[in-house]
Amino acid sequence: MESSLVLRVVGKLLIPFILLFALYVQFHGDFGPGGGFQAGTISAAGIVFYALIFGLDKARRVVPDRLVETMLAAGVLLYAGVGVAGLLLGGNFLDYFVLDQDPVHGQHRGIFWVEAGVHITVCGVMLKIFYMFASRGQREEKEE
Amino acid sequence: MAFAVLALARTRNLFAVVVLSGIYSFLMATVLVALDAVDVAMTEAAVGAGVSTVLLLGALHLCKSEEAKPAHRPWLPLLLSLATAALLIYGAMGLPDFADPNAPIHQHVVPRYLQNEIDVPNVVTAVLASFRGYDTLGETTVVFTAGAGIIALLRRRKHPKAVLASFRGYDTLGETTVVFTAGAGIIALLRRRKHPKSGGGGDGK
Repeated sequence: MESSLVLRVVGKLLIPFILLFALYVQFHGDFGPGGGFQAGTISAAGIVFYALIFGLDKARRVVPDRLVETMLAAGVLLYAGVGVAGLLLGGNFLDYFVLDQDPVHGQHRGIFWVEAGVHITVCGVMLKIFYMFASRGQREEKEE
Repeated sequence: MAFAVLALARTRNLFAVVVLSGIYSFLMATVLVALDAVDVAMTEAAVGAGVSTVLLLGALHLCKSEEAKPAHRPWLPLLLSLATAALLIYGAMGLPDFADPNAPIHQHVVPRYLQNEIDVPNVVTAVLASFRGYDTLGETTVVFTAGAGIIALLRRRKHPKAVLASFRGYDTLGETTVVFTAGAGIIALLRRRKHPKSGGGGDGK
């Protein structure tokens, strides 16, 4: 997919800030609007943007399929892992109070990891769906 | 927004339909900002206007860009959707006013959410990740399942020549269903993630 100079320059300028904004939304989610879902979609959108401008193959080199598929499962496992960690430390499943000496701090820690899990899964799924659709179109072009 | 919807229903060119639905999503995001639900607005802008537009364009690349004439007259579906809308509006009239502090939902658990003991200033995050942690785990699993379903359906086959055209038809049907499921799941996730400050269940959105 060839694109114009303007798109390339603007894309190169914007993409780092999109990804940075995703991280901000992720880690600032306790205080301002945002959280795992939002940050996941924003970072996925940044990479999709990159793929649209520079081509799917380059995007696949940056974020390989294997990584995306791992992210898909790793996020859910991380989330469930937080729950199991609560169990092991003597609380209920997904009980964050026991994750630290100070219960409030334990809550913060639990929320942090849970949001990270959500982020990873959402970002992975978005990218995977995009890769699947985009690569399907490419293959059919090659066949024709 | 009404204009966007009317244009959506009338256009036969699918490219225009995709662009119009992107516009609709952006307008929806501004409405959500006006309702003080910034979290949902952010997701609507990123998913509805951004990623799903790109996905629909990708799907459009694989099929014809003109919608075929419908085989049946649309009277029955039209009647059904109008009846559902009338029912919903009738139901919404019974809801408490928007941002009414005396609404039942604000008397029940919301005070505890707002003065939560876990010291997280953003109430949405607190409710989402801590009070309703199980729900969010389930939602994440739904998203994961949608992704796994997409992989199962669209993974490259080892022998592409062996895939008959008739099989492709089923593929496409399956794809559409999975995308619909993913979309419906995402919409379900977004719709329920309302800002508790912005009137709880009272706005009928």
